[in-house]
Parts: sequence; C-alpha cells; structure tokens
Amino acid sequence: MKLSCDIDIRHLTRVEGHGNIRIAIENGQVREASWEVVETPRFFEAILVGKKYENAPYLCGRICGICSIAHTLTAIRAVENGFGITPSLQTQRLRLLLKHMETLQSHILHIYFLAAPDYLGVGSILPLTVSHPKVVQQALRLKLLANDLCDEVGGRRLHPTRTVVGGFTMLPDRYRLGLFLQRLETAMADLDASVELFASFSIPDFQRETEFVSLQGEDEYPFIGGNLVSTDGVLKREEEYAGMTNEYMADWSTSKLSRLSRKSLSVGALARINNNFSGLLPEVRAIADGLGLVPVNHNPFMNVVAQLVECVQVVRASMQLINELLAAPWQECRQPVEPREGVGVGAVEAPRGILYHCFHFDAAGRIVKADCVIPTSQNHANIRFDIEALAHFCAAQGRSDKEIELLAEMLVRAYDPCISCSVH
Amino acid sequence: MKESKTFLGVPLARPRVAFFELSSCEGCQLQLLNNEATLLDFLSLMEIVRFREGMKEASDDYEIAFVEGSVTRKDEEERLKGIRKQAKVVVALGSCACFGGVNQLKNRFHDLAWVKKEVYGSSPIDTQEVKPLSAIIQVDLEIYGCPIKKEEVERIVTLLVLGEEIHHPQYPVCMECKARENICLFDLGEPCLGPVTRGGCDAWCPSNRMGCWGCRGPAPEANLDQLQIIMAERGISREQMLDRLECFGGFAGYLASQDGMNGKEGTKEE
Repeated sequence: MKLSCDIDIRHLTRVEGHGNIRIAIENGQVREASWEVVETPRFFEAILVGKKYENAPYLCGRICGICSIAHTLTAIRAVENGFGITPSLQTQRLRLLLKHMETLQSHILHIYFLAAPDYLGVGSILPLTVSHPKVVQQALRLKLLANDLCDEVGGRRLHPTRTVVGGFTMLPDRYRLGLFLQRLETAMADLDASVELFASFSIPDFQRETEFVSLQGEDEYPFIGGNLVSTDGVLKREEEYAGMTNEYMADWSTSKLSRLSRKSLSVGALARINNNFSGLLPEVRAIADGLGLVPVNHNPFMNVVAQLVECVQVVRASMQLINELLAAPWQECRQPVEPREGVGVGAVEAPRGILYHCFHFDAAGRIVKADCVIPTSQNHANIRFDIEALAHFCAAQGRSDKEIELLAEMLVRAYDPCISCSVH
Repeated sequence: MKESKTFLGVPLARPRVAFFELSSCEGCQLQLLNNEATLLDFLSLMEIVRFREGMKEASDDYEIAFVEGSVTRKDEEERLKGIRKQAKVVVALGSCACFGGVNQLKNRFHDLAWVKKEVYGSSPIDTQEVKPLSAIIQVDLEIYGCPIKKEEVERIVTLLVLGEEIHHPQYPVCMECKARENICLFDLGEPCLGPVTRGGCDAWCPSNRMGCWGCRGPAPEANLDQLQIIMAERGISREQMLDRLECFGGFAGYLASQDGMNGKEGTKEE
C-alpha cells in the first residue's frame, strides 16, 4: 500500500510550551518529518547578570512552572559549589525529599494528565472523570500527596519559599512530617494500581538507538550532584558539564540543542534508568522488569513507563528519608554564606532529565555570567530524529494518517517536554 | 437568590472558558490543576473549551479568556489582539501578564542587542521589550501573584461565574502577616516588601520566613518612601531592596519616578 499523508500540528497540545510537528509522506516516501520549537525566549541568562547570588535560586526557579524545585535546587547547588559550601546532612536530606516529591508530582501530572488520555482513547483527563473515576482519583491522590509534602518541606509546591543558599529559611513540623509516612505507605496502593493500569496499555513498539545521558549514581539512584555518564561510555565530572552538552543553535528551534557522541542524545527517566538500573531498590527493579523495562532500552515511548517506575522509587526512598530525619533532633536550618570569586556548577536530575546551572561570580558574589542547560533542550534534537524515524517506520508499515498523527503526538509527549523551560 | 444572571454580557450558566499562555513558565496554569481536593468542583464551574497544556480539543468560541505570560514578540501581540476580539472578558493571569513579571528584568539593560548576544551569541533571535497584557489590549480583570494562589482564583472565578463584583484587597501583605502572628522578618534582619505589597496571598512567603518580593504589585496606598526609611534603619542594603522592587514589574511606575532607581548602574559589564 502506498501511503500519502500531510500532518501539520501547530502548537502541540498536552505538552508544556509551544512546538510543531510536520510529517509529509507522498506515495510511501517521506518528504518531510520534523519537530520545531517556536517558544519565545525569556533571556534568563541575561536577566541574572549583575544580580547577587541570593537572587539566583529565586529567579531560576521561575524558569519553569513544573520543575521549579529542580531549578531552585540546581541554582543553590551551583552557588554553594562556587563558594565552597558543603550543605549539612540534614539540608541534603531535606532537599532530596523535596526533590523526590517534585519528581512524583511532575511524573504523575505527565503520566495521567498528559500521556494516559492517548492510551485510553480520549482528548484529555476530563472525560476520564466520568469513564474512569477511580483512575482519576488515584492520580489526584498521588499528586496531592506530592504537593502537600513539597509545601511542608519547601514552603510552597511551585516556586518554593524556604529553599535558600546555605539551607532552608525554616524547617518542617516534625509531627506533620511523621504523618506523611502513613500517607506515603498508603500511596503504594495507588502506585500498584497505576502499574497494573500501565501493564494493560500497549506501548508502541518503536526503537531508535541513541545515547542516554544522566548523573551517575555511586551506591544510590542519583538525583542531586555527582559525575555525569552516558550509555556510550562518556564519563565527566559535574564541572565539566559543557563537554557533556555541547550546545549549538539550528534554524528550526528557538531552544539551544545538544549532542555528545552521536547526532543527538536523550535525557530523562529512561536515561536515568538505562544508566542506573542497579541503583533502583530491588522491589522497584522487579516492577521495571514486569513492565518490560530493562536497560538499555531504546524505545522512547517507554519513558512514561520509566517515570512510573521512578514514582515507586521516590515514594520508597522518601519514607526512608523521613525516618532518617526524624531519628535525629533538628540542627540549624541555615549555614552562613561567604561569597567568593569563581565559578560554580550544579547538576541535578530534574523530572525531565539532567539540568545544569553554571554561574561566574565576582568577589562580592554578583553573577557576571550565567549558563543554564535544560533537559528538554538536550532532548529536542533526539525528538526531531525520532519523528523522522517514526515517519519512515509508519510509511513502511502503511499506517493511516490518523494513526501516524496520534503516534507522532504520543512520541513527543512521551518525552514530557518542558518547552518554555528549554527556551527560557 | 442572585438577581444578576450575567456578567459583562456573559450568561451565568457555565461560561465557555479558554486558557492561553504567552511568554511564561506556565506555572500559573499548573496552579489551576492544584488543590486536587476541590479540582473537580472548580472545573465544573466552567465549560473549558481550550486549555492547550491539558487537552487536545480546542475551540475558538469562548467567552472568558485567561491569559498567562507577558508579551515579548510581535506574534504574541497579534495572538493577544485576536483573543481580545473573541473574548467578552479577558483575565490577566499572574504577575507576568499583569506587570511583565520576572521576564521584564531584561528591560533594565535598555539594550536588546546586548541581551540577545549574551544568550544567543551571533545566532539571530527575535525578541522585543517585555510588556504586560494591558500595554497591548484592554484587560478586564487581573489576578496577581507569582505564582497565583489557587484559593484566590477559586474565589474570583466563582464570583465571575455568578456575575458578582470582584474586589481585590486594599491592605498590604503586612496586615495578613500580622494576622498570622508571624515573627516580623525585619526583626530577623531580612528584607521584606510586605508593608507595600498588595495583600490577598495570606502572607505566603513571609509565613515561610522568606521576605516578600512584591510579586502582587503595590497596595493602593503603599508608602514606598517610608519603606526606604525602614530598610535603611534596619541596615538592609539599597541593592537588596531594589532587587525586590524591580523583580516583577509591579513597582515599575514608582521606580521610574525615582531618580537613579530605574535600572541599576553598573549591572551590565559591556
């Protein structure tokens, strides 16, 4: 069968930010297949110039409405690395707990609100409130839990208020923190149901080999700081991030793009699991196995499954963190900060992949140069090559244009792109 | 019970509502999906016909438009004018839409060529001076905050649907902070714009021991000259005060009226 189709999606829906998909096939030949990023830039790297260090977490958090906690923590880490500050163990634990709950919140939002409607044959979560009320309720319960715990630790779920260079402005209430243990335990039932739901979905069987980049865990599944690693065997230190991202511009994107050993690279939940499968808790590895997720997996649609696996991981890990926090009396919430001239880099696994901030400081702690490399900007080129490969894959199979359109949309959504963040 | 069944000509029964975003982090729209416990009730107030971030279906037949973000490119101006033509009520959602938000911090350099070069080098990129929605179109209602507070949105949207008048608080954040019996951040040596910033957030940041950054803009009778005196007495640097006053654009009018406060000297290297 010789297929022809002409797909032109302007401002793809159910993703954060603005991107276009274009696929044209004539008599079975792919004429055009592209992903375009048309988001307006906000120039955060210029905005930061001249600002004192304490502005960095506050302003950088506002790069993104979904992963503001990751941006805030990355900026804090970059400043602290620049000034030679090592956060206390208590601060490290609280930050990781906050990070885990952002991961849960962001993943649940993507899995249920943005991705699941495609697998259930609807246009948004709204019809599911009638057809699948239990599914919607379990999604809302998980999201509420994550947001409530973000409020407790970070002061606010979006654009956190307590997170500052040196620690926190104030600490969570120990009694309320303890109550979250029960809620996290209860959440496991909702996550089990989610795993069951996803096991029933037929994830498109599509592969394109690529290079996966993430933090490298030592003993644990990594989220904040450490070495940088790729599935092609590249290993670098955090401060060598620029050699990992190699940013460049192309005429189809207002976001910068990245590459490493190949023409494109991929970051995110799938990249983290591909690089750090052994760092997952044993029971979480078993869940991944059951969902057909074994490294190195080159199916981009599996990123949604990888996110679900990470949800279980972070809920388990959060219970452990709360137990550790409650086992010791509170220490000082905030360390003194002495600015110094130099460069600071922070690398953090945001929900959508590895995020880097780099600041150059003068002796007074003013930023003279800023660089932020966003997970989705690292993914854009990979998405574009995936769309191209998907078009050829579909043309060879003689799929209908409706099917191709849906698959292309699902493919981009699988990356959970945060496009305004990528352009920043 | 309610006599008024319309608001600006919009029938009371579930108005057709659309959400749009210009240059922004889309966090305010995300806030709309928070408060999970009341989310389904909140959504049932309206018929949502366009919400790109959340649904595939999209209609151009709407009565109320919520617009997040600021205007930073010509095509955004055109989109916004189109929205104004269609909507009976245009609501500016969040500080970017109301004042320009953090995005307008790039305006302080007064040098777009430098701003572009700093971020994109020699690659061509299109941008213009950041403007709030009201610089391009007539805005009927503003919902302040970075981020917006969902409880406040719930209240405002309910009033909007009922056709009731909407009043923003006239008092500053400081009042709400006192009512919550917080330690005054000035006593902890922290800068705070609570005395001059419009209330309504229930002292969100100061209650978490972060001084107010003024994201909601000035309270109607804000005494900014007195604020400067308080800050100076507490030994808080002028730079720290200006960082906050200029952060979201709400105080741009005051800063412009003050000599040497509209954009700091020496912030740009080249």
